[in-house]
Amino acid sequence: MKIEREVVGAPANMPFDAARLREDFPILRERVNGKPLVYLDNGATTQKPEAVIEALATYYRRDNANIHRGVHALSQRATEHYEAARGTVQRFLGAASPREIVFVRGTTEAINLVAQSFARPRLGPGDDIVISALEHHSNIVPWQLVCAATGASLRVIPVDDAGEIQVEMLDKLVGPRTRLVAVTQVSNAIGTVLPLERIIALAHARNVPVLVDGAQAVSHLPVDVAALDCDFYAFSGHKVFGPTGIGALYAKARHLEAMPPYQGGGDMIRTVTFGKTDFADVPARFEAGTPNIAGAIGLAAALDYVEGVGRSAIAAHERDLLEYATGRLAAIPGLRIYGTAREKAAILSFTLEGMHPHDVGTILDAAGIAIRAGHHCAMPLMQRYGIPGTARASFALYNTRDEVDALAAGIEQAVRLFA
Amino acid sequence: MSDLRELYQQVIFDHYKRPRNRHALDHPSHEAEGHNPLCGDNVKVYLRVEDGVIRDAGFEGGGCAIATASASLMTEMLKGKRVDEVAHLFEEFHDMVTGEKPAASAQLGKLEVLAGVREFPARVKCATLAWHTLKAALDPRPGRVSTE
Repeated sequence: MKIEREVVGAPANMPFDAARLREDFPILRERVNGKPLVYLDNGATTQKPEAVIEALATYYRRDNANIHRGVHALSQRATEHYEAARGTVQRFLGAASPREIVFVRGTTEAINLVAQSFARPRLGPGDDIVISALEHHSNIVPWQLVCAATGASLRVIPVDDAGEIQVEMLDKLVGPRTRLVAVTQVSNAIGTVLPLERIIALAHARNVPVLVDGAQAVSHLPVDVAALDCDFYAFSGHKVFGPTGIGALYAKARHLEAMPPYQGGGDMIRTVTFGKTDFADVPARFEAGTPNIAGAIGLAAALDYVEGVGRSAIAAHERDLLEYATGRLAAIPGLRIYGTAREKAAILSFTLEGMHPHDVGTILDAAGIAIRAGHHCAMPLMQRYGIPGTARASFALYNTRDEVDALAAGIEQAVRLFA
Repeated sequence: MSDLRELYQQVIFDHYKRPRNRHALDHPSHEAEGHNPLCGDNVKVYLRVEDGVIRDAGFEGGGCAIATASASLMTEMLKGKRVDEVAHLFEEFHDMVTGEKPAASAQLGKLEVLAGVREFPARVKCATLAWHTLKAALDPRPGRVSTE
């Protein structure tokens, strides 16, 4: 695995020390079933540092008001914090302007927004959208919905046994009727890092815009949308140490300006009469109703936290964990790792001979170890490998080699129990 | 660990590794397919009912140890039971694995090895998948059943 880019302008960081960082996450002091919590389900959601919990509490204790409408002090304060959070997201992603950042509930809503507002008006019978076989359901189903409504079809970049997409197939798949390419940056199910540069270069050479699902990437890798030159980038706050119910869509300003509103309501209008409504400028046009103000502020605190630790340092730590965990688990008889791409994020999917992933999950849980067992909302990928699901350990900046050892011991116990 | 031993009893391992009645029936009078969207597991249940009595029962699919053993044990106990007893058995089993009634009150014989599931709420759906599918097989309305 290699990391493509170094983040520009990262603060000078203290040496990376996972044990010290763990102190920032109160939940990691919890005991589960009488054992210290070993939290390895970060692909599903990450835990929250004190800084995020505190940002949420402080907002509600001191600043809570509705935004963009009050003449009173609290409303102005809330508005400033909310818009400052937009600026934090912009800098975190390397976007050119805060106008290119739309706050949404999460990756799923971001993709649905692009599907309905950008893709749908451009699609007709015979057109197509290209996705990859590695996609999460949230980057499959929104496209199926617009395809069903317009007569367009989905094309899928296949994946090989190692879990790498067959990028050479793109040349055939991206055709004259392709209206969008929508791919994940990191596979949530098996960890593959996709070759976005190649995909985007090829799509753009054919004037096809590209959406990147960044849900699994933002907590693991430096991301720079300007360098990537993607047209859309979607991510969820809760997968990068922020609250649930908040996420962001990055979209190039020229796309956003050309897109009709996604939902109607307050906050997204300039003037309303019963005859006609003038919509607000971007990004407000896409943020109908009172948004998740506290969530946006909490998300900004989470992104500041990640920047403070340093995304390159996080990537290096996780690379070490992945390598160590891969070695430990591969040595267990009957264990098979799914996803052996050359470039991987710290996600380890596996099956055990003669054991269902659910049983593995239950036995590990009894030892205080939280993993995900199942299809990881990527059923087509599981079908590709002919399995109902896998057990998945997914790592974050606060995980340690000791926890990998606990995981390996837990798996060995499961194997003994089923022997 | 004691809860784990309670969940994964030897009888369960036995029925997981050597499931009974895991086959389709040639001429089933009733059948249905069940699905647990949580894990993607599928099970098909087949019955041959004559004169209101279940003469033969089988299943295909399964999944984890709990789901497979539950289907195996269920088909084993169904043979010879009257169709009009099934609703009561379903309730007894459901109450046992969800913990809604004390385990001791269940009159389920060998199936009582699944009582340990009550300590693992995340696994109740595994244990009840075959039972929901059985209920659907005996329901005159066609369709696929889901644990959700």
